[in-house]
Amino acid sequence: MSVGADPGRGSRILADLKGSGGGQSSVWIALASTLVLVGLVAFVVLTSSGWPAVKEAFFNRDIFFDSMPEIAHAFLLNIRIFLIAEVFILVFALLIAILRGLPGPVFFPIRGLAVIYTDLFRGVPTILVIYILGFGAPALQLSWVPVSPLFWGIVALVLVYSAYVAEVYRAGIESVHTSQEAAARSLGLSRVKTLRFVIVPQAVRRVIPPLLNDFIGLTKDTALVALIGPIEAFRQSQIDVAATFNYTPYVCTALLFILLTIPLARLTDWLIGRERKRQLAGSAR
Amino acid sequence: MSENGRALQLEEIRKSFGENEVLKGVDLDVGEHEVFCLIGASGSGKSTLLRCVNLLETIDAGRILLQGEEITRRDVDVNRVRRGIGIVFQAYNLFPHMSVLGNVTLAPRKVLHRPKVEAEAEAIALLERFGLADKRDEYPDRLSGGQQQRVAIVRALAMSPELMLLDEVTSALDPELVAEVLSVIRELAEGGMTMLIATHEMSFARDIATQVCFLDAGRILEQGPPDQIFIEPREPRTKQFLERIVEAGRL
Repeated sequence: MSVGADPGRGSRILADLKGSGGGQSSVWIALASTLVLVGLVAFVVLTSSGWPAVKEAFFNRDIFFDSMPEIAHAFLLNIRIFLIAEVFILVFALLIAILRGLPGPVFFPIRGLAVIYTDLFRGVPTILVIYILGFGAPALQLSWVPVSPLFWGIVALVLVYSAYVAEVYRAGIESVHTSQEAAARSLGLSRVKTLRFVIVPQAVRRVIPPLLNDFIGLTKDTALVALIGPIEAFRQSQIDVAATFNYTPYVCTALLFILLTIPLARLTDWLIGRERKRQLAGSAR
Repeated sequence: MSENGRALQLEEIRKSFGENEVLKGVDLDVGEHEVFCLIGASGSGKSTLLRCVNLLETIDAGRILLQGEEITRRDVDVNRVRRGIGIVFQAYNLFPHMSVLGNVTLAPRKVLHRPKVEAEAEAIALLERFGLADKRDEYPDRLSGGQQQRVAIVRALAMSPELMLLDEVTSALDPELVAEVLSVIRELAEGGMTMLIATHEMSFARDIATQVCFLDAGRILEQGPPDQIFIEPREPRTKQFLERIVEAGRL
């Protein structure tokens, strides 16, 4: 089976940390080898001739605390972009995936359009889509077309990421065995209801890990929206860097992104673990 | 009860998969409350025949009449037809993301639009009847094969079908689990359910069937009451098939 059957990853990470063999001695060996490795890297970095300069330029404590509040405030915009885009991506991509799976010759044009869409938006670099939409769409000067760069930045992210996420969904849908469809249809469920109640719920459960992978990519790409104007965390740190001639604000921004993505990863592990427990507890497979 | 008292009629059914003609003109006439057992070697067309009756496969030629209504016409609403026909598969095909109760109530709720409370009450009554009441909150993966297959039967029964199709429902089970499923089917037969059963369980077929049909290479080669088919088969092919079954110790 596919990714969905991956044994509870949360617990496996713990097992990884402990050393998969288990037992007291392997914990100590893991701890010792980690300390040796970290110590080695720290030694090489801290004794390098350029370290004092790098430390001053990237890890300046005063500048860190000075610039953090402003950058953190700007980071709220990244989170907003991410949340808004994600909702539309999850819905739009599912629609694309379903359209692409429509059977029969009648739907050939729709399937074709879905294929062209995914090919196109996976092929063009995200940054170009943002530029083209962000500068091109408002330039049309149509009264009903929004001119906000933030709006077009989000649209660009939705278009690009939906192409990827649609493929993830499609893989999930195709991994559900056809006998499930036969069982649902034989009970009198229509094609749409079969998708909604039987196929899609199973497909989505199986693709949660790769979906999260795309989520994490998206949180980072929210920084690209800065290129057409909006001041989010990355743009704010650029401003601070220019003002202080010091790179510490970049480290602030990096830290904020990490603080966002790590809980996302743990949340998914937890969700998968819970789902597995509910379905498989007690049974060995 | 239909006007002519016939539950299911097949007329000259043909079905091919590519070059391979699986059904080569099958006729069948099943009366109300009758139990028809289809026997025959693997690949003789038993499963395909059942799937055709449930419109999971479209036939190439012929007609199928359910309660006198032709269901193989192009303008027939397949979803409506399927509501009246329950099918149980060899591999159970339960929905793994739903509890037993969820599996059983899905179609009554989403197809017949029954209120949740009502659908659940009926489902629980059915589960109780088949000794599964304590399993209602379990997920399919936690049940034994025999329990899963009984849930699949209950799921089909929850739509109150007029006809049940059973497609080798015990073939995937460990031998010690076969009996519990067969006893459920026996109970259905005693309750007057019209059934079309594809099976390899010959002694069961002999016991329960009103008519036994021997399928061979896409045709019904011989049909008759179980005693005739099993004790004095007319066709040499039927004899040969039954002898092999006896040798395998399954009769």
